[in-house]
Amino acid sequence: MITVMRPNPLRDPQDRRLPRIAGPCVLVIFGVTGDLSTKKLMPAVYDLANRGLLPPGFALVGFARREWAHQDFAEVVHTAVKEHARTPFREEVWQQLSEGIRFVPGQIGSEEAFSHLSETIADLDEARGTGGNHAFYLSIPPGLFPTVVDQLRSHGLAAELPGRWSRVVIEKPFGHNLESARELNRIVSSVFPASSVFRIDHYLGKETVQNMMALRFANQLFEPVWNNNYVDHVQITMAEDIGIGGRAGYFDGIGIARDVIQNHLLQLLALTAMEEPNSFEASQLRVEKQKVLAAARPPARMDLHTARGAYAGGWAGGERVKGYLEEERIPRDSRTETYAAIRIDIENRRWAGVPFYLRTGKRLARRVTEIALGFKRAPHLPFSETDTEELGYNAIVLRIQPDEGVTLRFGAKVPGTQMEIREVNMDFAYGGSFTESSPEAYERLILDVLLGDPPLFPQHEEVELSWEILDPILDYWASLAEQPEPYEPGSWGPKGADIMLARDGFSWRRP
Amino acid sequence: MIITLEGTTSAKISAELLRARRSAGSPAQGMVLTLIIVCDESEYSSAIKASMEAGREHPSRILLCVTASGRNASLDADVHIGEGTPGEVVVIRMRGAVAAHPASVIRPLLLPDSPVVIWWPGKAPQKQATDELAQLAMRRLTDASSSVRPLAALKARAADYTPGDTDLSWTRLTPWRALLAAALDQYPAKIKSVVIESQRRNPSADLLAAWLHSRLKVDAIRKISDGPGLTAVRMTTASGDIALTRPDGLLASYAVPGQPERLVALKRRDFTELLSEELRRMDEDVVYERTVKSLLDGDEPAPKKSRAKKASGKKVDSTPKAAKQTAGSR
Repeated sequence: MITVMRPNPLRDPQDRRLPRIAGPCVLVIFGVTGDLSTKKLMPAVYDLANRGLLPPGFALVGFARREWAHQDFAEVVHTAVKEHARTPFREEVWQQLSEGIRFVPGQIGSEEAFSHLSETIADLDEARGTGGNHAFYLSIPPGLFPTVVDQLRSHGLAAELPGRWSRVVIEKPFGHNLESARELNRIVSSVFPASSVFRIDHYLGKETVQNMMALRFANQLFEPVWNNNYVDHVQITMAEDIGIGGRAGYFDGIGIARDVIQNHLLQLLALTAMEEPNSFEASQLRVEKQKVLAAARPPARMDLHTARGAYAGGWAGGERVKGYLEEERIPRDSRTETYAAIRIDIENRRWAGVPFYLRTGKRLARRVTEIALGFKRAPHLPFSETDTEELGYNAIVLRIQPDEGVTLRFGAKVPGTQMEIREVNMDFAYGGSFTESSPEAYERLILDVLLGDPPLFPQHEEVELSWEILDPILDYWASLAEQPEPYEPGSWGPKGADIMLARDGFSWRRP
Repeated sequence: MIITLEGTTSAKISAELLRARRSAGSPAQGMVLTLIIVCDESEYSSAIKASMEAGREHPSRILLCVTASGRNASLDADVHIGEGTPGEVVVIRMRGAVAAHPASVIRPLLLPDSPVVIWWPGKAPQKQATDELAQLAMRRLTDASSSVRPLAALKARAADYTPGDTDLSWTRLTPWRALLAAALDQYPAKIKSVVIESQRRNPSADLLAAWLHSRLKVDAIRKISDGPGLTAVRMTTASGDIALTRPDGLLASYAVPGQPERLVALKRRDFTELLSEELRRMDEDVVYERTVKSLLDGDEPAPKKSRAKKASGKKVDSTPKAAKQTAGSR
C-alpha cells in the first residue's frame, strides 16, 4: 500500500454529483437472526449497494448461534432483501454483495467462535481487500456488550492501527439510568475510543428529523418567531397505536419513559430548542445539543407536572384488546407505565417561560410523531368577541411520521358577509414534494458509520445529560405506591395528563 | 384520468388542470418544478414514461410539447391527472403557425415561482439564445447520444454553453466517475496514463476522456470496443493498473494493484434514473461546463483521432500519436 497521502485529483468540491462511497470494509453483525437485522439492517445494506454507495470491496459477516454455512446465511440475507428492501431487486447488485457474505456460528462467550471470527475477517481482508477496516454492529441485548467488547479486544479486533479503523455500533437502550449509562460507556470506551463508538438512534436518521434543521436554519421566515417572544408552549408527541406485543420481558420494569423519552423525545427537544450551530460539523452540532440539554430542567413539582398511565382493556380501532396488566407475562401488580407525559423547562434566554410538554404512549388513538409549537394569541383583536369565538392558537407543526410534513395553522375569514374567522391549515407534505421512496433511516446511519461521519450519532455526554433530566422523574414515580392511572385504549391518554396541561392553561393538541 | 381538449387554448388547459385537481380532492399539490419536454411523435412514448417515473421523485407539472404534422394552425391537449404520478402531465400538440410560437402556449402553463426545466430527448436547437422554449427554462437537458454525430453535437453545446445546461451523456458518467474517484481515495498513486474503451460514437467516453485529462493532466487514450456503451477505464500507475471493466453493461470488475479483483454493479441507467439525477440540482454544473468546453480547446486530440481511426474498421486500437505519447511518459 502507498502511505503518502496526496489529494485525490478526481475530487473537486464543486463536483457535487459525485456521492461519497464508503471505503472497503467488513460489517460484522452480532445477533444477525433478530428482527431488526432481517427487517432493517440487511435490506439497508442492499439498498446502499443498489444506490452505488458501497465499495466494491465490502463484506458482511453474520454472527449468531445457528449451525449455518456461508451459503445458508447468504440465503437468509437474500430472502430478507427480497422481502424488505426499498429498491428493486437486481441480480448484478446481489452478485456484488453475495461475494462478500460470510457466517460465523457460535456463542458470544466462546473463545473458539471468536478465533473463527477473527480468521474469517482476516481472510476477507485478503480476499476482498477490505484493508483491516471493520465495523461491529451489536444488535444484541446490552447485557451481552461487556462480553462481546472484551472478546473483540482479546482477539485483537478492536485495535486501531494506522490507516485502518475499527468501529462499534450500539443500539438503544443506552442504560436504564444515569449510573448504568455511565457503566455501559465505561465498558465500551475501555476498548473503543469515543470517536469509534456509534450510538444509533434511528430517529435521527429520518429525513424529516434532518429537515428540522433545514427548516430552522435555511429559512428566514421561522427563526425570528422561534423563541419565547412568540411561542407560548411546545408539545412533542410520539404515540403508538399498538400495545407491547411480544416485548413483555423487555418492557415490564423499564417503561415507556426510559424506552422513548430518554432518547427519541429528548433528542427531538434538543433539535427543536438548540441555538444555531456554527456549522453542521459533528462537534459543533453536539456542542449546541449539549448546551440545550444542560439547560433543560425536570419539573420542580413532580406531582403537578408529570403524568403516567397504563392502558386498560377495551376496544381500540375496532378490535378488542387486552389491558396492560392482562398481557401475558405481566404481573398484575406491575407499576410500569405505558404512557408518560412530562413538562420540561429550558432555562435560557430563548426559552425561559416556555414549557415543553413531552408525551408518549402505547395503545393511543393512532401512530404519530410530531412537534407542535403553539403561538401566543394576537395581542389585540379588532373583531367583536363573537366573531373570533373559534379563534385558537397559531401553530407550526412538524410532522415527523407518518404523513411527513409541516403544517401551519392560522385564522382565515369564512366566506360570506360577516367577519367570521376559522382556523385553517397550510400544509406541506414531504411525500408530495419529494421522492416517494426517500432512503430509510438505517441506510443513512449505516453509511455514516462506514464513512466515519458522526453528526447524527449522540455521544455519551448527550446520553448522560438526558438521564440527568429523566432520573429524578423516574425516582419520583418509583416512590409512588399506586399503580399508573389506567386509560382507555385507543384514546389520547389518561385524565391526569389532561389535568396537568389544564393546570398551566393549555390543552393537548389532537395530533 | 385523461381529459382530451381539441382546438384549445392555454387558458382552457389551465382551467382544466385546476378543475381536475379539485375533483381529485387535493387542490394543493406540492409540485416542485415544471418540466417541459420537446419531442416528436416517435420519441413521445419513451419520453412520457421516463418523465412520469422521474415525477415520482420530483413531483412536477410535465408539459410534453409534441410537434405534430399538419399545416393548419391548431392546438390540442391531453391532461393526465392521477395517472400514477403525484404531479400533472399535459401533452400538447401544436400544428402549423401555433408550432412556430410555442412559448406563447407554454408560458401561461408554468407553475408560479418554481424552477423550469426543459429536456430535448432527441434533437436540440442549435442556438438556445434564439429558441423560445429554451429561454423559458433555467435548466436545459440535451442528449448528444441521440444525435448521428454525437461529438459534433457536444461541441455545439459547448460553443453555445449557458449556465444551467447539461447533456445526459455527462449524467451517464456519474457512477463511473464516482468509482474512479473512490479508487483514487483508496489508492492514491500517481496516474501515468489513462485508456478508455467504448463503443463507437460514444459521447460519454468523449466527456470522460476530457474530464480525466483535465483532472489528471495525462492523455486519455480512446479505444473502440464492441460496447455496450463504455466498457473499460484503465488508469496506469507505477505498480499496475487501476481498472474498471464492464463488458456486459451490467456488472463491472474492479481491480486495484495489490488487491483482489472484485465485482461491482454498474448498470447502464435508463432515462428515468438520469432525469431523476438531473432534477435534483437546479444550479449550474461548473465541472460539466469546464469539461465540455475543453472539447473545444483542441488540446484534446484523442477523441478526434480515434474517430478517424475507427473508420478503418479496426477494433480496440489506439491512435499512433496517443500511443507514442504514452510511451514517452513512461
